[in-house]
Amino acid sequence: MSKNTKTLTAGYRWAVASRVTAATLGGYALTSAATVLLALIWPIPRAQALLSATMLSFAVYTVAVLWVFSTRSHLRAWAWLIGLTAVLSALAWAIERGAAA
Amino acid sequence: MKDGFRQSMAWLHTWTGLVVGWVLYFVFVTGTAGYFHHEITRWMQPERPLVQSQALGLDESGVAVEHALTRLEQLAPVAASWRITLPQLAPASRTWQELAIRWEDMPQPGHDWGATGNEQLNAQTGAVLPAEAEPRATSGGRGLYRMHYVLHYMSFDWGIRIVGVCTMLMLLAMVTGVIAHKKIFTDFFTFRPGKGQRSWLDAHNAVSVMALPFLLMITYSGLVFFLFTYMPAGRDLLYGSGQDGRTAFADALHEHGEHNHAPIGRPLAPLAPMLAAAENTWGPGKLSSITIERHEGEPPEIVLARQQQGLDFWNTPKLRFHAETGEPLPEEPTPGGSAVTTQSVMLNLHEGLFADTGGRWLYFVSGLLGCAMIGTGLVLWTVKRRKRQGEGAHFGLRLVEALNVATVAGLPLAVATYFWANRLLPVELADRAAWEFHTLFAVWLGTLFYGLARPLPRAWIELLWASCAAYALLPLINALTTDRHLGVTLAQRDWQLAGFDLTVLGLGAIFAIMARKVTRRVGKAATQPPAETNRQPAPPAAAANRGGAA
Repeated sequence: MSKNTKTLTAGYRWAVASRVTAATLGGYALTSAATVLLALIWPIPRAQALLSATMLSFAVYTVAVLWVFSTRSHLRAWAWLIGLTAVLSALAWAIERGAAA
Repeated sequence: MKDGFRQSMAWLHTWTGLVVGWVLYFVFVTGTAGYFHHEITRWMQPERPLVQSQALGLDESGVAVEHALTRLEQLAPVAASWRITLPQLAPASRTWQELAIRWEDMPQPGHDWGATGNEQLNAQTGAVLPAEAEPRATSGGRGLYRMHYVLHYMSFDWGIRIVGVCTMLMLLAMVTGVIAHKKIFTDFFTFRPGKGQRSWLDAHNAVSVMALPFLLMITYSGLVFFLFTYMPAGRDLLYGSGQDGRTAFADALHEHGEHNHAPIGRPLAPLAPMLAAAENTWGPGKLSSITIERHEGEPPEIVLARQQQGLDFWNTPKLRFHAETGEPLPEEPTPGGSAVTTQSVMLNLHEGLFADTGGRWLYFVSGLLGCAMIGTGLVLWTVKRRKRQGEGAHFGLRLVEALNVATVAGLPLAVATYFWANRLLPVELADRAAWEFHTLFAVWLGTLFYGLARPLPRAWIELLWASCAAYALLPLINALTTDRHLGVTLAQRDWQLAGFDLTVLGLGAIFAIMARKVTRRVGKAATQPPAETNRQPAPPAAAANRGGAA
């Protein structure tokens, strides 16, 4: 995105590396959590809900990656990814517990 | 990435596209060939007969079915299932299928399935057809097609994962590409030829937008094939990881219960009324197969299946009858609901088996547009940077340029030599099928060294001419080595075999046009006066690259 490789600072390179990691791993974790939660709340038989949610997961992943690369800073991207993944996982866990109880 | 949404999307588009471009080009070339993989296999097995028969009328079908039942009764009087497939042009393989029988013995205790056997019969006399002459060892079109999702020289598990990652990146590259182009519709109608980088961009836009629905469909549905390998979280957590979890999930989804077979024999009820019912329901010649089986605790049944067609390709309509009384039985519900239906529609759209000849060509052309999109995109990346860096360019740029010429022009050449190897390797050669693949990859690797060793414009021109010759001469090699050449196949109206030879001639012509275009551009760039060159800074390399687009 820069005109000349010589003007790229180390800080910029780290920011890009961080964003790529956030998109790849963080985005994947978020997508996994979203897929599980979606499979649990989709009001059709569970196996079908799981299949539907997993088919949708690639679209979710795509949106997550686009968002990571378009948000203001890479730290902000990380904070949101971790926070959202935690919330979705907790919700999925609570629903699964509630169903089992 | 701080430069605004569109710029960050453009950045993402450039880099996701570049890192996987070469693998994707390989996937698109082999996958596009895969739309004709049965035809390619037939060409690669010239020992197989030139057969084209006619579908049977209702009475003839009745006779054929009686022959088949008599033969099954001799071979497997007590079986888990019998199946009779009527003579037909099989929709999935588009090859002629003779009257065939298949039986499964009752499973041994502790096994789920019994041993199976099959035979082909003469539909008029019931005589067992001799096995066809063993064709030469080849992986054929299927081997070519299989590589588009499992690659080669690596395990299945690695192959599908690598292709999966590349496919995901392609999905990202396409979505970001659409976002980055604010004027996507106007751009579609814009082509500014002879302007170096700008023309490349226009070409890239035009082919991408033209094939966009196909490309989005093929990419997303490609991910759905191995979706639980790529995104296992849900299944692992809800059903458990490992084989048990997989089985539990599949059973829940398809509502499999215990599925024990009870033994069956020749049905008491006459089949003629059932054949008539099938003809009434689906029309003449549409009946594909008849299965006789019995699930434990249920009456023995005769299941008539219609030929495969449409988007429910693998789940064709069926008629069920009681094998003792001949009474119609109620339809079995299709399990899995909308989720399974959605999945099977996506997979059928990807495979395109439902498409007739015209549809198959549309798939083929769309696949070629996908190749063109990737090719133009890869070249655009280098043209842009070559313009900025000039002659003192980074080795990285030189490497990408060599990889581009070796992939875009070299891979088609390598695929052509796969067919050459099929005709020229000795028929008795050990591991013959493997050597056909070795030929392909050795030539491909060779083109990479060639691209590194030669000046870039020369490498483009020479490899394009080499591809042209390799395809255009294939029908000649075929005529010299087999008796399945155009003189025979056209006279016999065997359009599959003739179609292969005619298609490679067409490909040869396309490569000739590309090679000539590149030659002209290079010549023009070399003779331009210096002032002109300054105003229009298209270095020979950039101009040379343009040939890859067509």
